[in-house]
Amino acid sequence: MSVTIRTFDAVIVGAGGAGLRAAIQLSESGFKTAVITKVFPTRSHTVAAQGGVAASLGNSEEDHWHWHMYDTVKGSDWLGDQDAIEFMCRKANECVIELEHYGMPFDRTDAGKIYQRPFGGHMSNFGEKPVRRSCAAADRTGHAMLHAMYQRNVKANTQFFVEWMALDLIRDAEGEVLGVTAMDMETGEIVAFHAKATIFATGGAGRIYYSSTNAFINTGDGLGMAARAGIPLEDMEFWQFHPTGVAGAGVLITEGVRGEGGILRNSQGERFMERYAPNAKDLASRDVVSRAMTTEINEGRGCGPHKDFVLLDISHLDPATIMKRLPGIREIAIQFAGVDPIKEPIPVVPTAHYQMGGIPTNYFGQVVVPQGNSKAAVVPGFYAAGECACASVHGANRLGTNSLLDLLVFGKSAGESAVEELKKSPKAHKPLPQGEIDRALTRVNRIDTQKGGANVHETQLAMRRTMQKHAGVFRFADLLKEGVEKIEEVRKDALRTEIADKSKVFNTARVEALELENLVEVAVATMVSAEARKESRGAHVRDDAPDTEQRPNGRDDENWLKHTLWYKEDNRLDYKAVKLTPLSVETIALKKRAY
Amino acid sequence: MDEQRRVRRERLRWHCRRALLELDIVFQRFWARDEELNEIDEAALEKLLAIEDHDLWSLVSGREEIDDPQLKSVVERLRRS
Repeated sequence: MSVTIRTFDAVIVGAGGAGLRAAIQLSESGFKTAVITKVFPTRSHTVAAQGGVAASLGNSEEDHWHWHMYDTVKGSDWLGDQDAIEFMCRKANECVIELEHYGMPFDRTDAGKIYQRPFGGHMSNFGEKPVRRSCAAADRTGHAMLHAMYQRNVKANTQFFVEWMALDLIRDAEGEVLGVTAMDMETGEIVAFHAKATIFATGGAGRIYYSSTNAFINTGDGLGMAARAGIPLEDMEFWQFHPTGVAGAGVLITEGVRGEGGILRNSQGERFMERYAPNAKDLASRDVVSRAMTTEINEGRGCGPHKDFVLLDISHLDPATIMKRLPGIREIAIQFAGVDPIKEPIPVVPTAHYQMGGIPTNYFGQVVVPQGNSKAAVVPGFYAAGECACASVHGANRLGTNSLLDLLVFGKSAGESAVEELKKSPKAHKPLPQGEIDRALTRVNRIDTQKGGANVHETQLAMRRTMQKHAGVFRFADLLKEGVEKIEEVRKDALRTEIADKSKVFNTARVEALELENLVEVAVATMVSAEARKESRGAHVRDDAPDTEQRPNGRDDENWLKHTLWYKEDNRLDYKAVKLTPLSVETIALKKRAY
Repeated sequence: MDEQRRVRRERLRWHCRRALLELDIVFQRFWARDEELNEIDEAALEKLLAIEDHDLWSLVSGREEIDDPQLKSVVERLRRS
């Protein structure tokens, strides 16, 4: 079947922070650039980022990119690539100041400089004491950032395709990426976007988990497309969790609630933290609390019909204290858990927040895959940045405020690399292989014509419950093994979903079925990669890899100081070395990660 | 429901996909209740959906109020979600 072909120099998928930053680079260099996005750009999930963006500007006190680099390597539990981390930390100031020039309304010091505040894990002088490194615009940093960059793109004539969903990568026989197929949701029409450079900036896939802080749009579309096109996904076992999200909703309950005297209880009403942390109890660190909660649930002491959450009790506190010290918590509990915390405890579970892994790239934002003798051969014409990419700067765990920095630095870097390639490339586009276009048409047609198939929402729920139970914040060998089988079953259902609404025009049921096909690839990648990694490192914590003298925190550098690469085909795993050599400074040597 | 109305409804439903999880859940519950929405309600919802996410959440969570009676009525229904 023939489809309309639209030709651009560059096509970018995703209009959050990374996509908008990359687009500025291309459009301002005079290249014809399309941005495809499911939602209006300023409604991308970047809006939810409040903490700020890290840069060692040193406006409030002495700071240095090398200290920032040290913190990031340590935070990553040494799984981050030190060349990419040096690159990001050195580029931070330039990127933040550019953003200021785009009109970003940063908070200011009395002297008119960008005001900086402290944030967890950011220290001065190689881990000595906290430093003020985060640049923010009140509590709307992500939102302000998107607005500034969207305006800049409008001025530079970037062409936006809003309410379009990208379907599949187009790769030719040599493996070069020539664009994407995408569907106009308004009409249902499928179009091939033919481009010399294709940049993925599609964000994370936090929706694979039952409890997730991610908005509904975060369905890992770029990861699904890459996986289907034979590109491996890197380090997908690493997900950052928060201990207390409202069960079934994912909305966060701040840690301040436990600080004010909130108590965690199991189905027997027991204050179980007394057993796990006799001194700190409910105020133990995030990891300890999350692990204890998971153990209670796994051992059958969870609450509710599925025994899959515990309770956060503040009903013993004076209502006046709750209203005064914990503003907003009562509203959230009433709105999302249906309980008034003054009278009843709040159901909570450890909640997925950020995806450290993704499409493998180098620090130029180019997608790299194993080929021949190289573990990182550039895929011509293909770039990725932001949460969907793995540069890898976050390694096994991300520091707060480094996510906004990641999307600025690598969005720009991917854009710059694409500009350089476009300047060198011949005038004509390479021909589009019809078979690649047909892949997307076949998938959509399958959904439209499926009979006796699986229900989209039920399958999505099965996926999310399986991920939460089998590959949650605290992991167990037997559960992971079982999880691999279970998630494979879910995948079969996700690929045979049936929808009732067959109309072409604005069919959200079809979009959700397509999103599920992307999500499930991420879910399988996560489960298989996590099952295989037989150590604890950063956010990947296994019961059978405990903290010992020989292996502090359960980390096994001898066998596991390497990146995972998962391939969709046969769930094959490959590994590649961590880049321990930075660009200009000495390696930050391995040591135990302790704060 | 005629096709034009169905498309308008579907478009509204899609515009309820937001940047913030809090709003996603409120709208999901709102639609799941399958409430009667007349054309005036739909127009009001359209206007509300044009509001930036943080401001919309302030309205829905009750931290802010809105004067317009049409919008107010839809906001109150969202608060019940």
